[in-house]
Amino acid sequence: MRIGPESAGIEVKGLWKIFGPKAERVLTSDDRLLEPAALRERTGCTAAVRDVSFEVRPGEVFVVMGLSGSGKSTLVRCLTRLIEPTAGEIAIGGDDVLRATPAGLRELRRHRVSMVFQHFGLLPHRRVIDNVAYGLEVQGVAKAARHARAREILTLVGLDGHAGSYPDQLSGGMQQRVGLARALAVEPQVMLFDEPFSALDPLIRRDMQAEIIRLHREVGKTMVFITHDLAEALKLGERIAIMRDGSIVQLGTPEELVGAPADDYVADFVRDVPRSDVLSLRWICREPDEHDSMEGPPLPASTLIKDAVQVATATALPIRVTDGERLVGVVDRVDILAAMAPRQPVTA
Amino acid sequence: MAAEPGLAPPPAFRLPRWAAPAAFTLVLVLAYLLLRGSGTLPHDDDAPQFTAITELREWVDAHKNDSPLFLYFVNYVRLFIGGLFALLQTSLHGLGWPGLIGVMGALGWLAGGWRTGLLAMASLAACGVLGVWTLTVDTLALVGASVLLSLAIGLPLGVWAGRSPRLRRALGPVLDFMQIMPTFAYLAPMVLFFQIGAPAGVAATMIYSIPPAIRITALAIEQVSPTAVEASASLGATPRQTLTKVYLPLARSTMGLAINQTIMMALSMVVIANLINSPGLGSDIIKGLSRENVGLMLPAGLAIVLIGIALDRTTMAASRQRFRPSRVPYAVAAGLAGAGLTFVLPAEWPWVLRTAQPVNEAVRWAERSWFEVTDAIKEAVSLFLLNPLEGVLTSAPWWLVALALLALAWRIGGVRPAVTVAVCVAAIVLLALWEHSMVTLAMVIVAVAATLAIGVSLGILGARSARFSAFQRPLLDAAQTLPAFVYLLPALALFGATRFTAIFASVIYAVPPVVRLVEEGIRNVPPTVVEAALSAGSTPRQMLWKVQLPMARKAILLAANQGIVMTLAMVVLGALVGGGALGYDVVSGFSQRTDFGMGFAAGVAIVLLGIMLDRITQGADRRPPPLRRKSL
Repeated sequence: MRIGPESAGIEVKGLWKIFGPKAERVLTSDDRLLEPAALRERTGCTAAVRDVSFEVRPGEVFVVMGLSGSGKSTLVRCLTRLIEPTAGEIAIGGDDVLRATPAGLRELRRHRVSMVFQHFGLLPHRRVIDNVAYGLEVQGVAKAARHARAREILTLVGLDGHAGSYPDQLSGGMQQRVGLARALAVEPQVMLFDEPFSALDPLIRRDMQAEIIRLHREVGKTMVFITHDLAEALKLGERIAIMRDGSIVQLGTPEELVGAPADDYVADFVRDVPRSDVLSLRWICREPDEHDSMEGPPLPASTLIKDAVQVATATALPIRVTDGERLVGVVDRVDILAAMAPRQPVTA
Repeated sequence: MAAEPGLAPPPAFRLPRWAAPAAFTLVLVLAYLLLRGSGTLPHDDDAPQFTAITELREWVDAHKNDSPLFLYFVNYVRLFIGGLFALLQTSLHGLGWPGLIGVMGALGWLAGGWRTGLLAMASLAACGVLGVWTLTVDTLALVGASVLLSLAIGLPLGVWAGRSPRLRRALGPVLDFMQIMPTFAYLAPMVLFFQIGAPAGVAATMIYSIPPAIRITALAIEQVSPTAVEASASLGATPRQTLTKVYLPLARSTMGLAINQTIMMALSMVVIANLINSPGLGSDIIKGLSRENVGLMLPAGLAIVLIGIALDRTTMAASRQRFRPSRVPYAVAAGLAGAGLTFVLPAEWPWVLRTAQPVNEAVRWAERSWFEVTDAIKEAVSLFLLNPLEGVLTSAPWWLVALALLALAWRIGGVRPAVTVAVCVAAIVLLALWEHSMVTLAMVIVAVAATLAIGVSLGILGARSARFSAFQRPLLDAAQTLPAFVYLLPALALFGATRFTAIFASVIYAVPPVVRLVEEGIRNVPPTVVEAALSAGSTPRQMLWKVQLPMARKAILLAANQGIVMTLAMVVLGALVGGGALGYDVVSGFSQRTDFGMGFAAGVAIVLLGIMLDRITQGADRRPPPLRRKSL
């Protein structure tokens, strides 16, 4: 994937967000290590984000996934201080966000980071074009220029001919395209998505996901994408962070999550994911023993299991799994079938 | 948690739940029978409390040109308000009747199209035909001045309150308090500071009409979608940009409602402001009320209603529709054309329909021919309800009545309402207005009982029959836009000036909101619950008593609360037509300088009575009664 020239990375270190009175005091005491329920009982505070650290590379699609209440929406709002973090460090493109002045913060929001919201957040009293141009308007861009730019973006998201409509005249999917266009219009380096498609119908959601993949290919922005839908996370994310009770329990590529879940929670999550769609041969190949013929066809280790099926049906010999010139191992029909079979549910 | 209700052993013998209250009631009755006539607090026109307040006013009057508070603050406020009123008055009169009608029509057209425009013009023209043009213009100026001030203060404060939960919490009780205060209560303090006349009237009207401006604006701002606000912030909008580009446009139509309500409140207050010598239609109405001259007050009353309709429709239309700038030039042209006609047409309104004579004759005829019916109703209510109740309340020892009120408040609402009631009772006793307060309370109780009986029945009927609901809805709509005193008109025509007139007027005044609340409460019972009850085989009667009424409990209690507050306001207003007691004290306080202290104290007592009744009924709404909580 292309890395846009204007993309910026994000660095988050030791981020905390505690809601409630005396949040600071909770942070400095050992209370912060309590379970969420115990913490609320004891202090009346809720720790929505607990000591979260991660890095997003420029141009990467980084997905944060978790159930509702896991703190993922709070986390993404902390990145531009729509919610003020309690402690930690955030840098976007190398600039310290937490130390930014109000004017500096506005600069960041106006030009570098923009956001797409779950419930769209469109202004019902403005036409679509004025909604898209809103970010430019608050920057002080003249009307003709911002309308021209808004029209360009509307074309990009496939909303030609709807410039003069009001948001309530559009379907949910189209409204979210307007939200997307509004975020794109300011040419940000980073785009944040807060469960943008969870309010949409499944079919429209699939279209919009394809749209995001296409946009990312075309404009190459850094994207942080929040979702509670694992399939969506696996589809979009180059790397995925799974959150639970405010902490990141595992951070890795889709393959790593499915192949080596860090704990039962993650394992439970990924249980129903068809492994053959996500895992590559690297995860199932084994050392060749003396019975194995070395005459079978070679395949690269990064081949997805499902893509190896066709080769395996054509030959009875074990497939040689290679990493460049090096032999990593072998995989035969039985190994592939075993990997595709549904697994026993995880029991505690 | 500790003891599961199902596991607790059933008690061998348990007193029925009504035993304790019944025993307490019995004790009260016995105490009353034994102690009747002792410990009463008979009314004294010259109580030291009253003279002290009268002297305070004399002192204020004597020092208003040398005390710095007056010299540098109050007098300037008075001058400013007076100046604003005079400016509006002269400019509205200066427009002449063709100009004013033209301007109102143009505004109506701008807001809602030609229907609204025509309605506005017709309403104003009708005021002219009724022969009250000059007074109408004065009233418009008075309403205009007070609404302008209300909005100038109320809208910014409302916007602020909408964005700051802390301010909202702080303002809440103050606004609650202002809304349960009967209109009369605002007048006396105004007189103390601003003397009698237009400035005091404008100030009182402004204070009375400001709560909806603040409250509805705050609500409008609060309801703005938080996502839209967040989206705006996420794009780097400054707080001011978010305010002007997101909050205000999104809140616009609800804020229109705030303006509408402010105007309607102001309109119902200006009449009462006439008691302290403000100019306007109210003077005819108050003269008519005190002289039992329906013919005199009818044109003025109709004029107020007509202005109300015109302003109501115009502002409602304005808040509902998108503004159309293309119409502005035409509207300005229409206004100017009207003003231009002023120089061509006669300055005075040319043709007046004289109605006083025939109206008075009709009233006299009605009184004569229905005398037997109306008199029978009046006598029956007085003999069987009002007199006994009043007798009991005034002849019982005051502490016994106080005890009963306290117990009632505790039983219904809990500790806090009981404390409030204790404070209110103590204050009324200290104000030396116990007897008059009890007389007023008796009237309120009778009126509330009638209001609730009628209102709840009509509400139930409306909820159960779509046809009946469709029939009564427009009537209720119309009734709720009428100013309070209009209800005195038919009451006066039917019953003459008696205590019963006030009660009758307050019943017809308070019934519409009660009907509406009850009907809505029953209709809002979730259809799934009704369906479930139906599928369990409930009869319509069982449905009503076991499902709909219990589930509408909150709405019905709110209706009772509204009914009580409105009834109190009206019973007091009824002093103008022979209601007597506290209301009469207030009125005579304004008309006679020596009675000012009593009037002032009576105003305070009305407020105390209002708070007391409001808290008792509100308590019922907020929490289950103490006994039930204990058993949970």
